[in-house]
Amino acid sequence: MTGVHVSTSINGDPVEYVCPADESLLDVLRDRVGLTGVKEGCGTGDCGACSITLDGALVCACLVLGAEAEGRKVTTIEGMGDGEKLHPLQRQFIDNAALQCGVCTPGFLIAAKSLLDENPDPTVEEIRYALAGNLCRCTGYDKIVRAVQAAAKDLRRQKK
Amino acid sequence: MRYESPKTTKEAVTLLSKEKGKTFVLAGGTDLLVKLRMDMIEPDLMIDIKRIPAMNEINKTATGFKIGAAVSGRQLGASKALAKAWPGVVEATNLIGSDQIQGRCTMVGNLCNASPAADSVPAMIAAGAKAVVVGKAKRRAVAVENIVTGPGQTSLAKGEIIEAITLPKRPAKSGDAYLRFIPRTEMDIAVVGVAVSLTCKRGVIDSARVSLGAVAPTPLLVKEAAAAIIGTKLDKEALENLAAACSAACNPIDDKRGTVEYRVRVAGVLAKRAANIAFERAGGKK
Amino acid sequence: MKHDQKYTGQEFKVVGARVERPDGVDKVTGRARYGADANAPGQLVGLVLRSSHAHARIVKIDTSKAEKVAGVKAVLTSADLPDLTNGDAGNYATLVNCMARDRVLYDGHAVAAVAATDKSSAKKALKLIKVTYEKLPHVTDVDEALKKGAPLVQPTNKQDGKPSNKSGHFEFGHGDIEAGLLEADIVLERSYKTEQTHQGYIEPHACLATVGPDGSGELWVTTQGHFSFRIMCAALLGMDVAKLKVTSSEIGGGFGGKTHVWIEPVALALARKSNRPVKMVMSREEVFKASGPTCATSMDVKIGAKKDGTITAAFIECRYSDGPFPGIWGMLGGMTAWACYDLKNCKAVGVDVLVNRPKVAAYRAPSAPMMAFGVESTIDQLAKELDIDPVEFRLRNVAKEGTRSSYGPIYGPIGIEPTLEAVRDHPHMRAKLRKNQGRGMASGFWFNIGGQTCSDLNVGVDGTVNLTVGTVDVGGARASLSLIAAEELGISYDQVKTNIGDTSSLGHNDTTEGSRGTFSSGMATIFAAREAIEVMKSRAAQMWGIPEDAVEWKDGEARAVGAEHGNLPALSLKEIAAEAGATGGPIAGHHEVTADGSGVSFASHICDVEVDPETGKTTVLRYTVVQDAGKAIHPDYVEGQFQGAAAQGIGWALNEEYVYGEDGCLQNAGFLDYRVPVCSDLPFIDTKILEIPNPNHPYGIRGVGECSIVPPLAAIGNAVSNAVGVRLNHVPMSPPRILKALDDAGA
Repeated sequence: MTGVHVSTSINGDPVEYVCPADESLLDVLRDRVGLTGVKEGCGTGDCGACSITLDGALVCACLVLGAEAEGRKVTTIEGMGDGEKLHPLQRQFIDNAALQCGVCTPGFLIAAKSLLDENPDPTVEEIRYALAGNLCRCTGYDKIVRAVQAAAKDLRRQKK
Repeated sequence: MRYESPKTTKEAVTLLSKEKGKTFVLAGGTDLLVKLRMDMIEPDLMIDIKRIPAMNEINKTATGFKIGAAVSGRQLGASKALAKAWPGVVEATNLIGSDQIQGRCTMVGNLCNASPAADSVPAMIAAGAKAVVVGKAKRRAVAVENIVTGPGQTSLAKGEIIEAITLPKRPAKSGDAYLRFIPRTEMDIAVVGVAVSLTCKRGVIDSARVSLGAVAPTPLLVKEAAAAIIGTKLDKEALENLAAACSAACNPIDDKRGTVEYRVRVAGVLAKRAANIAFERAGGKK
Repeated sequence: MKHDQKYTGQEFKVVGARVERPDGVDKVTGRARYGADANAPGQLVGLVLRSSHAHARIVKIDTSKAEKVAGVKAVLTSADLPDLTNGDAGNYATLVNCMARDRVLYDGHAVAAVAATDKSSAKKALKLIKVTYEKLPHVTDVDEALKKGAPLVQPTNKQDGKPSNKSGHFEFGHGDIEAGLLEADIVLERSYKTEQTHQGYIEPHACLATVGPDGSGELWVTTQGHFSFRIMCAALLGMDVAKLKVTSSEIGGGFGGKTHVWIEPVALALARKSNRPVKMVMSREEVFKASGPTCATSMDVKIGAKKDGTITAAFIECRYSDGPFPGIWGMLGGMTAWACYDLKNCKAVGVDVLVNRPKVAAYRAPSAPMMAFGVESTIDQLAKELDIDPVEFRLRNVAKEGTRSSYGPIYGPIGIEPTLEAVRDHPHMRAKLRKNQGRGMASGFWFNIGGQTCSDLNVGVDGTVNLTVGTVDVGGARASLSLIAAEELGISYDQVKTNIGDTSSLGHNDTTEGSRGTFSSGMATIFAAREAIEVMKSRAAQMWGIPEDAVEWKDGEARAVGAEHGNLPALSLKEIAAEAGATGGPIAGHHEVTADGSGVSFASHICDVEVDPETGKTTVLRYTVVQDAGKAIHPDYVEGQFQGAAAQGIGWALNEEYVYGEDGCLQNAGFLDYRVPVCSDLPFIDTKILEIPNPNHPYGIRGVGECSIVPPLAAIGNAVSNAVGVRLNHVPMSPPRILKALDDAGA
């Protein structure tokens, strides 16, 4: 199998890698780039644990080929905070106890950020549907939805 | 496996027709990459069409709309003009999977995957959509209902690719709707899907198309169902006739997602509900 | 154990605060390391070849072609895993489950494994392993398996001297059922079925194994119990326990499914054979097909009651499908069935049945939700027949302190009556309902356990404290244990850092199961802290030059007491720690215990649903959990346990089920068609924490993790019945089943 040479941007940094043509971007991020914050829960796009953004669009990294990232912009959980400072969503997930085992948390944060970037003041129903692609088996989603509401409020306040 | 990302449709068609091994066209990849992962396919070549500019566009044309094969559900949902003209088609496409899936999935991919349960396909069929099929020698417009020939099977010849979907111009007093049944609120494959598109004249349904998904080996265009509501104001009797025609058209299987009995029954239920929405969108009053 | 009431109503300074969890930042930034997040130099990828037959004899396995694939370093079959179990049937079953020997027993059973330098080489090799099977008849349904002439899953298994798929029979109860039924004014007999469900943890099983030529090994693994994993792996592979170091990674959910070994012995065996580190990660399909679901069941219930609502006799028999190996699931279920009630005559029979499905593992309050579905559904119908409010009906028969429980022990102070009273008085019970909407309630019980535990508390030179425990933190226990240590030492929460020690750093700790983590490690932590306090008092005495008995410990500092020394300024923990080197060396406290008296837990739930009568679809509109926590150490995570358990119960009740085909193969081994609740499926889940202290724990703690998965099945069934007037006796109450029930009722 011949490898594909890819130049891309991950969390704002230029990154190059060579991967087999059939390797998923999820495997590339985890095994070649070392970004293990991107989790694999199913590999088939059903759980959202590998949520990232690709040129700004929310996607499952397991349903993207590593080869497709050429020239695009990838962001992962590792790029969410600003240095030492947590993103308001990260802060509110901690403050609202919105995580237990935490393995779904990176995916939820990426998906929630994607929602709030487009819709700064979502209703509970909008939050629930926007996060329907992210499975959590620990929390019953209650505290996750509350954390997203709280972070949305923080972000709106920041903008003012 | 090799990966190619051509810049033009012509280039893609050339790659497709020249390759001797197993070739797959990659649009959103939300079905294809699952099959790859599950070892259901072993491609020799995968052709990514997302770098072809024309395939990423939604255009308003003299005859309606042209939607490129690589346009994602998310892009489609952002087109206000399209959502106004064909709300049922847009809603159906936006029902596919999660927001993550919407970031990638395409109508054409949904069509070419040729699942009987594809959400956007009944909506396209009801809308009278056509697929722009490009081959090495010629391009042709094929009615969407003539693309899927069986589960996982299409009428495309080797070397042919769908470049875009066209939707006709919408006459006044028209409306369409798509409803599906799933056990959860999201993330499931349709157990039954029903699309209705209709146009009213003087408050009466003048023309209609009804299409069903997940109740037969292919999505169905059910002419009897349309006939049941044409010429009516969608009164109770018309709705019952519509439901009966839809249920009669079903030829489903028992599987992990639903029983024959259930699918036949719910096809009728959803047909009534979808017709009501389409009628209301067309400005119809009972 | 004697009930000691002195801890009731005690005042806490730190415990009960909603503090930030110590692993929070790591988990929101992606830094936390789970099972699949560790790598070692030169590591190989391990993959498993699995059976696609439900039952077959393995005639031959030819691995010769696979061994020749470039990059392949080891190919493994059962021939590489000699039986070292010395007649231990449980260990032998685990060995057989990890790698099939003469027969494959279910769709997904491991038959061979490969370790290679990369995934594609390993995959290629798997495809080249040729297994010759001779298909055997199979049985996957629990009732079918008990029929005469059913295919035998384990031909050596006998019941009453005859070959049978029945592998266990357990009876609990007291009194005389027949006499009780004669006293009854009304007797209801009902039968129910529940389908098989999976824990559905989001993180698949994963591990990284190394074994050196000297026989020493290391295992990094996602597990609920690294100590028990060590014992099992060492036993199966003939290793010395002390030479195998097992480190528990962050765990991405377990719910009982990570209490058993699945791929871990295989990874170690591959590492030993290849002399290279081997990493194995299950796919989601493998998780569903080959790691611990809970049982499917079938049951019969019979309850008699007087017109005044007194239950005179209560009988249940429940048959549990264990997979191909005998389990204790019938026993656990039988013990829980009638535990909420004070009954003169009761009997519960739990039967274990072998079927060609994966080996069953514990799933949150294992075996209790099924029997509770049968019991609480029937009780609801009985209340209706007698025209008594269902909460009132339960209260008339409720178990109290001093009640002899249906499984034997006499209860101490317990919470079932208070949870029912809280339900009765909850505003939820009076909220208005519309057409096709209904409200249901149900109660549930879980034992909780204690078990072997030890912890180690070390005071650092700057006065901050490291607490090392051996119970894996599955839901926020590190925060709770830090709170407990801080409370006991009299320092602030942020001065304590709790870590989970690996198997070489502590004595044996039982697995985090049975809601035991915070209960038992909390107990060990309290006593370890008290030991450290004694050390610090002695050091303070030295620093002051006064007798030890003139020192007391209060609010995080040593105080000299008595007329002679009372004027000395207090010495803080920090000041004592700074002088530790000069006063006798490091300051530490340890405690080892078999924690006893875990304190049973009870929950009562209220649920509102709406049913679409045309499609049979049920929507949960509102949900309230009331549960006794003993003492909520960290209320956020207690609520989190209640909510998570309720959500799993709701999924079980409505949509989750294993679907098997005629061929005995699992048809929905993925999150697409095994439908766990998604965010938009659920409402907010309200919680009410009751605190009825457990007299056997210094802080009154009871386990909280499991009990709330017990009531939802019946609570939803009762709500559905109240919404559309049909009783569902088959879980999940999926849309096709509800629509059929409506049809059958002529609605």
